[in-house]
Amino acid sequence: MSEYIFLYRGGEAGRSPERMQQTMQKWVAWLKGLAEKGHVKDQGQPLERTGKLVKGKQKTVTDGPFAEAKDIVGGYTLIEARDLEQAVELSKGCPILEVEGAVEVRPVMKMSI
Amino acid sequence: MVSTLTRIFGVHNLTLAEDVVQDAFCRALEVWKFSGVPENPSAWLMATAKNRALDVLRRERTARTFAPELGRLIDSEWTLAPTVVELFGPHAIKDDQLRMMFSCCHPRLPEEAQVALVLHLLCGFTVNEVASAFMSGHAAIEKRLSRAKKVLAGSRKLFDVAHANDFSARLPAVLRALYLLFNEGYHGASTESAVRADLCREAMRLAALLLEHPLGARPTTYALAALMCLHAARLPGRIDAAGDLSSLFDQDRSLWDHNLVIEGQRLLDQSASGDELTEYHVEAAIASFHSLAQRAEETNWAQIVLLYDQLMIIRPSPVVALNRAIAVAQLEGPERGLEELNAVDSSRLATYPFYSAALGELELRLGRKDGAREHFRAALALARSPMERRFLAQRVDDCGPDETRQARSLSGL
Repeated sequence: MSEYIFLYRGGEAGRSPERMQQTMQKWVAWLKGLAEKGHVKDQGQPLERTGKLVKGKQKTVTDGPFAEAKDIVGGYTLIEARDLEQAVELSKGCPILEVEGAVEVRPVMKMSI
Repeated sequence: MVSTLTRIFGVHNLTLAEDVVQDAFCRALEVWKFSGVPENPSAWLMATAKNRALDVLRRERTARTFAPELGRLIDSEWTLAPTVVELFGPHAIKDDQLRMMFSCCHPRLPEEAQVALVLHLLCGFTVNEVASAFMSGHAAIEKRLSRAKKVLAGSRKLFDVAHANDFSARLPAVLRALYLLFNEGYHGASTESAVRADLCREAMRLAALLLEHPLGARPTTYALAALMCLHAARLPGRIDAAGDLSSLFDQDRSLWDHNLVIEGQRLLDQSASGDELTEYHVEAAIASFHSLAQRAEETNWAQIVLLYDQLMIIRPSPVVALNRAIAVAQLEGPERGLEELNAVDSSRLATYPFYSAALGELELRLGRKDGAREHFRAALALARSPMERRFLAQRVDDCGPDETRQARSLSGL
C-alpha cells in the first residue's frame, strides 16, 4: 500500500445553507465509504477559501485568493491505495466532481537518504 | 442530553458530558434573563449543547480521546459537524437514551444504584431530587451516585444496544430498574405528596422507549408497561378531595384514568405471547382485575387470589404474601384473612406500616375494635409520610374511643 494525497480544487462557493448541507452529507457518505474499505489514512481537513500568501526572500505577505476560483485548494485527504491507478479510481466518487471541481491525486514522495 | 453527549465524548468522559449540559443550562438562564424564554426552550438547549459539544471536540481533540467508534469522524472537519448534527437528531437521541439505560444497569452496580443513576442521568433529576425520591440524605445519594458513575465511566464503552445477545442478557436488569423506579413513584412514601407522579411518568416514558426498539419489544416489556399503565390509571383516585390517601376499597373509581386502563389492557394483551410468565405479567393481570371492577364489591377476588398464588411461586416476598392475605380476606372473610396474615413471615415487614394496618383492618371488620386500634397505633408509629400518618390516624379514630383507657383514667389508674 502507498499513500496518496487528494487535493480538492474548485467546486462551488457561496452556496445556500440547504445546498451546503446536502453537499456535506455527500462528503460524509463518500469519506465513510472510503474509510470502511480501509483507504483513509487521515481524513484531512477542509480549508477556507481566503488566507494569506507569504512569498519570497522578502517574505511579502499578500491577501488570498491566490488563484482562479477553479484552482483554489479547498481541502485534502490522505489516502492509502495499492497504486496510483487505484487511487485515481477511488477519487472518482468525490462529490466535488459533480460541481465542476477537480481532485488532484498525488503520490506522497518517499524521501531516500 | 447527557446520554447523547456521553455517546459522543465516550463513556469515560461522563463528567465532561455532565459539565457541558450544566454549562448549556447556565447559558440558557443568562440569555433568557434578558431575551425571555424562547418559544421552544428544549430545542434551544439542545442547540446550545450541540454547539458547546462542537467547541469541546475541536478544542480537546488532541488532548483527549473521545468515543473510539467515532474516532476519525470527529477528528476531521470534513465530517465533524455533520456527525454531531446527526447524533443530535431525534432518532439518534432515542438510541442514546437506550444505550445509557442499559449502561446504567451495569451488573457491577447494586439495584438501588442503577435506579439512582437512571434518575440522575436519564431523567435529569438533581442529587437532591434523587435523594428525596429515595427518602435518603443528600450526602448518601451523592456518594452512591459518584461511586456508580465511576463504575460506569470505567466500563470501556457504552452498552451496545445493537448486540442481540447482550441486549437480552441485560434486559431483565433494565426492566427491574424501571419497575423499581415506578414503584418508588407509586408508593413513594417520601415527600409531602405520597404519590410522586413524575417518577411514574419517567418510568413509563423509558418503558415506552424500550418498546420502540425491536429487541426491547418483548412480552415481558409489554407486561411491565401494562402494569405501569394499569397502576398509573388509579393514581388520580389514590388521593381524595381532602388530599388524603384513599384505600383501594374507598376510592372514587370514576376518577380513574380510563384511557390508561384501555392502554394497559391493550399492552397486557400484547404481553400474552411467548412461553415466559413473569412477575410483571401476574402483577399486571391483578391490576387488570381491579381496573375491570366498577365498584370494589364487584372485584373478582377468586381470580386475584389465584394470581397471588402464582406470584408467590414466581417471586415470593412478604409484601406479596401480605397482599395475598388481604385478597383471601375479601374472598373468604376476615377470619381466614387473619389466619393468612398471621402465617406471613412478618420479620421482614417490621418497618412496613401496612402489615399492622391490614391486621387492624380485619380486626375492625370482625368488630374487635380494641384489637384493631392497637394494630392501627402500631402502624401509625411506622408511618413514613405525613399522608400515611393522617390516613392511619383516621383509622385509629374509626375504631371509636378507647374505652379501657378512658375507664382507667376515670378511675384514676
